[in-house]
Amino acid sequence: MSNKLTALRDWVDDRFPLMTLWNDHLAKYYAPKNFNFWYYFGALSLVVFVIQILTGIWLVMNYKPDATLAFGSVEYIMRDVDWGWLIRYMHSTGASMFFVVIYLHMMRALLYGSYKQPRELVWILGMCLYLALMAEAFMGYLLPWGQMSFWGAQVIISLFGAIPVIGGTLAEWIRGDYVVSDITLNRFFSLHVIALPFAIAGLVFLHIIALHEVGSNNPDGVDIKKKKDADGKPLDGIPFHPYYTVKDLVGLTVFLMIFSAVVFFGPEMGGYFLEANNFIPANPMSTPQHIAPVWYFTPYYSILRANTINFLWIDAKVWGVVFMGLGVLSFFFLPWLDRSPVKSIRYRGVLYKGALSIFVVCFLILGYLGLLPPTEGRTLVAQICTVTYFLFFLLMPIYTKLDKTKPVPERVTM
Amino acid sequence: MSDDAVDPRRRRFLTGTTVVIGGIGAAFTAVPFLSSFQPSAKAKAIGAPVEVDISKLEPGQRVVQKWRGKPVWVVRRTPEMLENLKSFDASALRDPKSEKSEQPEYAKNDWRSDKPEYLVLVGICTHLGCSPSFIPEAGAPEVGATWKGGFFCPCHGSKFDLAGRVYAGVPAPSNMVVPPYRFLTDTKLIVGEDKGAAA
Repeated sequence: MSNKLTALRDWVDDRFPLMTLWNDHLAKYYAPKNFNFWYYFGALSLVVFVIQILTGIWLVMNYKPDATLAFGSVEYIMRDVDWGWLIRYMHSTGASMFFVVIYLHMMRALLYGSYKQPRELVWILGMCLYLALMAEAFMGYLLPWGQMSFWGAQVIISLFGAIPVIGGTLAEWIRGDYVVSDITLNRFFSLHVIALPFAIAGLVFLHIIALHEVGSNNPDGVDIKKKKDADGKPLDGIPFHPYYTVKDLVGLTVFLMIFSAVVFFGPEMGGYFLEANNFIPANPMSTPQHIAPVWYFTPYYSILRANTINFLWIDAKVWGVVFMGLGVLSFFFLPWLDRSPVKSIRYRGVLYKGALSIFVVCFLILGYLGLLPPTEGRTLVAQICTVTYFLFFLLMPIYTKLDKTKPVPERVTM
Repeated sequence: MSDDAVDPRRRRFLTGTTVVIGGIGAAFTAVPFLSSFQPSAKAKAIGAPVEVDISKLEPGQRVVQKWRGKPVWVVRRTPEMLENLKSFDASALRDPKSEKSEQPEYAKNDWRSDKPEYLVLVGICTHLGCSPSFIPEAGAPEVGATWKGGFFCPCHGSKFDLAGRVYAGVPAPSNMVVPPYRFLTDTKLIVGEDKGAAA
């Protein structure tokens, strides 16, 4: 039997680089042996992507992208389709969990300098994925056609309207109408289920190919390719398969426990994953008393709101949009802003540790404030955090250069 | 074929022209795809003027009417409300004289309307398109003690007075838009057209 399987494998291998791919990316892809907890989230985001694709395919079977039918069809899936509620809750929970794992995945890069040379392209492709994921989530959120869907889309599309001269036309071009309407819903559906998933899949492929070309970083930021044994294998490397495939399976099991707990016991997560106002059908005549984006957009939303001052003959509105955009785009420049000779936070000095801690705190405060209605006090706090947020990037070339680093060991530590 | 039979200049020229012609073709092909994103003929057609019956509108109240998919408000202001509009400092409002804002000529005045009593506004915040809440009571707790009555946008905290004039220091850049309108009778007005032609 196994002989016949081997023969089949060889038959395929003569016609397709099966074993080459298997070895290059799994069995003979050497990853540093000192991966810790933070290294689960890449594999987990891939799993969440698969969950979203699968549940998405099933949801489309019953969903109707029509302004008069959309809200009802989602309720139909929830109440009348066998197991429809489960598939829908997996998809809605998956959206939030996607951002949970992506934010942790990005945090890992900030901790261990994974964006630094030679992994700049891995980082840039990853940031493109983050942008594509934000677009995917934003367009998906319009589809249930609830109050938050409608007004969230109205606000975000109006952001483009703030661009001088072409803004109004551009916003109209995106909506295909003068307000968010059935036309907008239909095209967002198309982009959400076809265009962006393709883009994300393609970017994931490029992200992994680029990573496997340069090899994974590790919590010590040591280049394992510098110390090789007689066979040319890195001394501190272990084959991805079976070592990390098995380790990731353990992480996946724990993750799926948490995921299932949310799906079964708290799919709305107290209004953070599914907002209460979105259980009311979209009404273009009335904005809900309190609107806030879903939690994963709130830090940027806070930055948008924090701009209340006209400055340099440019309206506060335009500044808000500019800083919101820069808030996301700043991450792209990290590989060139960071002048530290070491990668990992383990060997960095107090300056980077302090700066990163303050940045994370500011990001969390901005995220929290974005969930709340604006008051004068909160706006002030958001303004302080916004300034600090950008100083983290702007001053990075200075403080990473001044920072007193510790010597990096020759080999990884366990 | 041996190397000396290859004319690299000719090859470069042919490659270049192919890229240019192909590129132009691709650019033209993109036109229908990009243009199809624009508002369709059907979307453009839904823009007819609408009538608003204000016979049952009491002083201090507001009616909402849909026009071009957007909410249009008609507010019947009380004499105190109109008096209150004069009490603002010039610095408290971003555009007190409505110089940078959108309104028909007959609404470019201190009360931003044709008949002072009736305010007609497109009920969309000039910041990012939310529909502000109507909070006519002065000092309403959700907006603050200095509130003189007006419209408060729940999305990003923009404030407008009872003439739709934007407060200073909020995200919205200009006063709320006054649509073209005219009174058909004392109790009925039409939104979307005025003394001139339909807008």
